[in-house]
Amino acid sequence: MPLQSLFIPFSTIVIKEVSRFMRIWVQTIVPPAISMTLYFVIFGSLIGPRIGTMNGFDYIDYIAPGIIMMSIINNAYANVVSSFYGAKFQRHIEEILVAPIPNFIILAGYVTGGVVRGFLVGMVVTIVALFFTDLHLHSFTITIAVVLMTSIVFSLAGMINAIFANKFDDISIIPTFVLTPLIYLGGVFYSIDLLPEFWQKVSAFNPILYMVNAFRYGMLGESDISITHAFIMLIIFTITLLIVSLQLLNRGVGIKS
Amino acid sequence: MPALEINNLKKIYPNKLEALKGIDLNVNQGDFFALLGPNGAGKSTTIGIICGLVNKTSGAIKVFGHDIDSENSAAKSCIGIVPQEINFSQFETCLGIVLNQGGYYGIKRRVAMKRAEKYLGKLGLWERRNEYSRNLSGGMKRRLMIARALIHEPKMLILDEPTAGVDVELRRSMWDFLIDLNQQGTTIVLTTHYLEEAESLCKNIAIIDQGKIVEDTSMKQLLSKLDKETFFFDLVEPITMLPDLNGLSSKLIDPTTVEIEILRKDNINQVFDIFSSNNINVCSMRNKSSRLEELFLDLLDNNNRTD
Ligand SMILES: Nc1ncnc2c1ncn2[C@@H]1O[C@H](COP(=O)(O)OP(=O)(O)OP(=O)(O)O)[C@@H](O)[C@H]1O
Ligand SMILES: [Mg+2]
Repeated sequence: MPLQSLFIPFSTIVIKEVSRFMRIWVQTIVPPAISMTLYFVIFGSLIGPRIGTMNGFDYIDYIAPGIIMMSIINNAYANVVSSFYGAKFQRHIEEILVAPIPNFIILAGYVTGGVVRGFLVGMVVTIVALFFTDLHLHSFTITIAVVLMTSIVFSLAGMINAIFANKFDDISIIPTFVLTPLIYLGGVFYSIDLLPEFWQKVSAFNPILYMVNAFRYGMLGESDISITHAFIMLIIFTITLLIVSLQLLNRGVGIKS
Repeated sequence: MPALEINNLKKIYPNKLEALKGIDLNVNQGDFFALLGPNGAGKSTTIGIICGLVNKTSGAIKVFGHDIDSENSAAKSCIGIVPQEINFSQFETCLGIVLNQGGYYGIKRRVAMKRAEKYLGKLGLWERRNEYSRNLSGGMKRRLMIARALIHEPKMLILDEPTAGVDVELRRSMWDFLIDLNQQGTTIVLTTHYLEEAESLCKNIAIIDQGKIVEDTSMKQLLSKLDKETFFFDLVEPITMLPDLNGLSSKLIDPTTVEIEILRKDNINQVFDIFSSNNINVCSMRNKSSRLEELFLDLLDNNNRTD
């Protein structure tokens, strides 16, 4: 198939996705900026000085990467889950399904939308963070690579959630009961060295732990986990979710009767 | 090569409902084809399978020779679909909806823009192109879906009840638009509940009932099968009793309206002769229902009896 016939549908979906969240920027870009500001004020400026240092860093410097990562994860996920479920609900997903677009292009388009929102919100939160502390940048490449892979993983996860969702409740259950706990327990606010050995082992099953630590490594050069290990895990998560969501789309689960 | 070729198509929905029980259908290129059937007959299911919105249970479909399983993209490129229910985003503008659809079909923005202007223009929506789709009236929404379906200039246009809820005047202009499109070579398949619509537009017709095709023929052939017609005769002056009508089945509906069933072999002149000789003056005469309607009900009746 000629490349152009793939690129036009792909870019159409991406542009539509990006303009969707930009159009409702008050709901998509502003809330993370506000809540992350609160995190920096409360945990960073007010409580942080009393905590002192974490693994040799000021507490606010330690949690800044985690907070940025948290907003990237939430927004990549939220973008795809609400957009794709919305398309199912309003039925305009049919516009895409009747067209000769391969499923991997549909997936790539929606995931790119989530990645763009993840990056954008990540940047906004980074700018917010600069008001509270000086950010370090240990390795630009690692930082960007982690952000990219993390937002892909959570865009895919959002896609899978949307595929299975049958009502609006279904798209808030997973973020509330699964995603949020995983984020809070994923080492955003603490080093897992603080945990008892048992909980350290349990934490190893939490994908977010690898993302937060790899990102922290990119910024501070400090991580609970070896950076190679973290990247291997990230690659495994990406590939697994990619295969699962493509399979679901190919079988028409949740979108074709 | 037919435009559409359906072989032994079956569909059982996950809830075990058998919506299609083995359908065979051929639509020739350039045809104007009607798919008729009562509510729940399986029309939308058939259309959904053709354009990739519903998974079939078994059977085969070819669109201009392209199998929808093995040559999915080629088949899809040949089809434009106007669905029964509104299915565009409420938060986008008319133009945006049409242009995006062009993008999904791989059409360059520049080309899509020209076509959008052409089709939105023809359908009377160009002035409202920048308006959000949710602000359109029901009839405009249907026309927007027609424009959207034509953005890739498909060889075959499938319309699922395009004129449901559209007023008479608009319906006529939509018919003209479709006739024009058909004359320029687009194959058209439509479902409708307005039998008058099928009768005046379509060359060939299939009737589907309870997931089976009960009739598949040309409109002419079908109408020639009609062996009786029921007419109303409106009288100038009221009467209290009907004269003997040579044994024709008749009924006095009210003092100035007579209903008479006339078989094809019967001569309609005799009715006027009898009325004249009884000094009864007829001021108008009309069909009780559309001719197709009588036939349609007959066919469905037969189908139910054989079940
Ligand atoms: N998604 C679905 N799940 C289960 N059953 C369905 C589904 N869609 C349609 N059906 C059933 O399949 C049968 C055929 O429905 P279909 O929509 O094809 O009828 P139709 O001929 O288009 O009717 P109408 O003229 O009312 O639009 C109906 O009994 C309907 O209830
Ligand atoms: Mg229908």
